[in-house]
Amino acid sequence: MTDTTEPGVHGRRLRVATAWLGGCSGCHMSFLDLDESLFDLADRADIVFGPLADIKVFPADVDLTLVEGSVTNSDNQELAAAIRANTTVVVSFGDCAVTGNITSLRNGLGDPSGMLERVYVEHPDLTGQLPTDVVPTLLPQALPLHDVIDVDVYLPGCPPSAARIKAALFALLDAIESGQDVQSVMATRAPDDIRFGN
Amino acid sequence: MTAAPTPRPGGARPSVPVTLDGTDVLAHEGETILALARRVGVPIPTLCQLDGLSVYGGCRLCSVEVAGEHRLPLACATEVVPEMEVRTTSPTLANHRRRIVALLFAEGSHVCAACVASGACELQDLASENGVDHISYEMTFPRTPVDASHPKFILDRDRCVLCTRCVRVCDEIEGAHVWDIAQRGNQAHLIAGMDQPWGEVSSCTWCGKCVAVCPTGALAWQGTAPGELHADPGLIAFLTDARDGTWDDRAGGNERRDDEEVAP
Repeated sequence: MTDTTEPGVHGRRLRVATAWLGGCSGCHMSFLDLDESLFDLADRADIVFGPLADIKVFPADVDLTLVEGSVTNSDNQELAAAIRANTTVVVSFGDCAVTGNITSLRNGLGDPSGMLERVYVEHPDLTGQLPTDVVPTLLPQALPLHDVIDVDVYLPGCPPSAARIKAALFALLDAIESGQDVQSVMATRAPDDIRFGN
Repeated sequence: MTAAPTPRPGGARPSVPVTLDGTDVLAHEGETILALARRVGVPIPTLCQLDGLSVYGGCRLCSVEVAGEHRLPLACATEVVPEMEVRTTSPTLANHRRRIVALLFAEGSHVCAACVASGACELQDLASENGVDHISYEMTFPRTPVDASHPKFILDRDRCVLCTRCVRVCDEIEGAHVWDIAQRGNQAHLIAGMDQPWGEVSSCTWCGKCVAVCPTGALAWQGTAPGELHADPGLIAFLTDARDGTWDDRAGGNERRDDEEVAP
């Protein structure tokens, strides 16, 4: 999977990204709840991609990426592949990325075309046609991130609390800097830091 | 459902020497490993087991290691024997328990964020306590129609873990026997009456004990919003103790049983 034997720093500042796939952005809201700890993060790392940074293409040489949301459409699929190809430590960030969660409620309904018809065509207040331009194609099922790319660390919660994010994030940055194995660092988490739901 | 309820040892002094996680303790004759472990404060995860109901042994979360035994006996269903050496934790058991919990998540639609039981769910707790931070098995994402035909209660089979607590409590405590498990394997599912909508089952007394003992959000009160359901599994031990006449309603009266001498 991921080679963490080399220090993630490579003689430069740490490079951290966040990504928003099929999710409600609640995990990012919880990330913003880090409050003053965001200054500690800014002291140690550059935020090189994500909804909080106006950058269009996922960059190379990212040390850590927090990925919110499940893989629910073709855009998510492409971005997930780009994240994996350019990131050392990929974190499945929140329940949608970890299990599919709310976004996967549609999975039991089968093929998404019926759902799209119901929402866009049968709904009286809309234009009565399916959007085809610009909007990415829905996949047959909303998938947990690890069904699509290899994931190094799982951070469950809907959303994970700021305290849980902070504990994991800084432990991971320490591990990357010191060349420790991230999975063994996360294996010592308290039960309270591993919890689905809210 | 004919097995007798777990014996609840009375006043007799424990006399069976057992080694539990390397510590010598005395067990009561006929006591299960689980009852002994709870009495001396050693935690063993459980799901289908509930004090006051018969032993089912379906979830297998309480598996332990016993010296000389190749298989992993169930703590809830295995009585102690003299000189038994029991281990309640090991890498094998931890792995076994994580897999059981992950499989339960994979075969249901356990969306904690949208579930009435979130925050008071035994499956959610088991995931946390056993370090299940993701589901490595393929999720099945079932979508079974919810049975909302009962005026007071609601059944969502996609949240059911087939623990049979509701089946047992309705049969053994309420005496109505509304619930059963139909079919086998991954087709197994909870049915009401003769596989009828719950609201049409005339033997249901509306007592709500099945809702009280459900470890997940499968059985709930109508109108419960996510995170609002609070089950009351301890109700059943209270009822059975009360019927036995062993319930002591003086303050702290029932706690004396836990203070029994356990070491020689």
